[in-house]
Amino acid sequence: MKTIYIMWLRELKRYFRSRSRMIGSLGQPLLFLLALGYGLGSVFRAAGEGSYFRFLGPGIIGMSIIFTAIFSGIQLIWDRQFGFLKETLVAPVDRFYIMLGRTLGGATVATLQGILVFFMAVIFGFRPEHWVLVPVAILFMLLVALLFTALGTGIASMLEDMQGFQLIMNFLVMPLFFLSGALFPLSGLPPVLSALTLVDPLSYGIDSFRALLIGTSYFGIALDLGVLVVVTLVFLVAGTYLFSRIEI
Amino acid sequence: MITISRPLPGRRRLSPVPVVDAARPRGIIVKLLKYYMSSIIEVKDLVKQFGEFTAVDRISFSVAPGEIFAFLGPNGAGKSTTIKMLTTLLRPTQGSIRLGGADPVTDPEAVRRSFGIVFQDPSLDDELTAEENMEFHGMLYNMPRELRRERIEKLLNFVELWDRRKSLVKEFSGGMKRRLEIARGLLHHPKVIFLDEPTLGLDPQTRNHMWSYLQELNRTEGITVFFTTHYMEEADRVAGRIAIIDHGKIIASGSPDDLKRQTGKASLEDAFLEFTGHVIREEEANATDRLRQRAKMWGGGNRR
Repeated sequence: MKTIYIMWLRELKRYFRSRSRMIGSLGQPLLFLLALGYGLGSVFRAAGEGSYFRFLGPGIIGMSIIFTAIFSGIQLIWDRQFGFLKETLVAPVDRFYIMLGRTLGGATVATLQGILVFFMAVIFGFRPEHWVLVPVAILFMLLVALLFTALGTGIASMLEDMQGFQLIMNFLVMPLFFLSGALFPLSGLPPVLSALTLVDPLSYGIDSFRALLIGTSYFGIALDLGVLVVVTLVFLVAGTYLFSRIEI
Repeated sequence: MITISRPLPGRRRLSPVPVVDAARPRGIIVKLLKYYMSSIIEVKDLVKQFGEFTAVDRISFSVAPGEIFAFLGPNGAGKSTTIKMLTTLLRPTQGSIRLGGADPVTDPEAVRRSFGIVFQDPSLDDELTAEENMEFHGMLYNMPRELRRERIEKLLNFVELWDRRKSLVKEFSGGMKRRLEIARGLLHHPKVIFLDEPTLGLDPQTRNHMWSYLQELNRTEGITVFFTTHYMEEADRVAGRIAIIDHGKIIASGSPDDLKRQTGKASLEDAFLEFTGHVIREEEANATDRLRQRAKMWGGGNRR
């Protein structure tokens, strides 16, 4: 318990200490939200889909969560390069707790980031369907954040240095984001694209945010929850396994 | 009653000697205990291969509690690899290790509790303060809060960093970081402290300073010090016993004076030359390092 707590606390301390990281990672979601939200708004409305800004809000929350979460997980590589990882690996504690604490910490940071984006959207005119459902949406954000932090940690456990980082951004994070339905509705897609969106766990995450925040859902909240829970567990187990195999 | 029937060579025995009497069984246990207590580190025929490359080649040695033991050898000789195996970070290819009576392969947690380590490269969290790094360590080692606080204050004072405890580690100089690492390595009252090239890149003054801390701790707390170095004069001056390692093999071991006596040389430098046939030089070490790197890359033998 102590181990999980201290690993979690470390992630949070690091987050709150780097204001630039906090502000910097708000820039991209803000750009997407405003440029796309207002830029494509008229086309979207003309197609009879309602307000694009409102549709896009939950998608951009999902985007900031997946970016921050995978990035937090990947930071394991920094720890390896700057040596701090060794300090945790020689400690007399089960590596599962180290991995879990780290992942919870990274997920908390990603959730905070998602909440920040939510309030940023509110400032620019986003209104949730029911304010009472916002706390539930935050719980789902945490679940999505956990899923992707575990994924990031698992991948980072297999990498020795930062060489593979760009590869992961281009071939994993970007596809996960673009194929998640963050930017477009999932209905009426070409079959191949549709199949790809179905295997992207982020699709279910963003769908659950939409269900809770704007009251529209493609999969239904029960399916969203089921998929997210199962995939998170799988990634946690796989991530723990990979993490426990690390040798320096 | 059990008797010894095997006659001792060169001695005529008049009557069989009873081995087990009322006092003896306890004697055997004490003997066994003493045997185990007499070496806190016990290494036998240890081998580590990275692919085709043999980094550590059947080495055996033991270290007694309270000893200051040096592993002396050029870069790439297998020193760090040995330390990594002793400290559960690498799994040996062959051979056995016992540290404080436990096996790093089968019982890593027991082993991890019994040692502290200062790595060759820094392993602090730069984004945390000195005190937070210590706190983090204390929590990982499950130290109760009161003890943690007390010990952190004592050790930070000891390495003269108490005044800087609220500073972020990234603001520290190399020497300060090393001192903080030593303090951290000692926090949980380890029986053994491992130091991998602890003075590498430190100026002579800081180096002396550091050794005076460690020697004092060795005297006052009886902590066993195991360090690697490629500085001859350091091994000569501080170590009670030295093992010379080259190309993954232990070539000679003994006290600095023993080694000089064995070779009939006045300095350890000359003794080393006598044993290995070459002086400690960085160039050839780097070639081995490169080889090891390559073996690591292609062999993939470094993953469990």
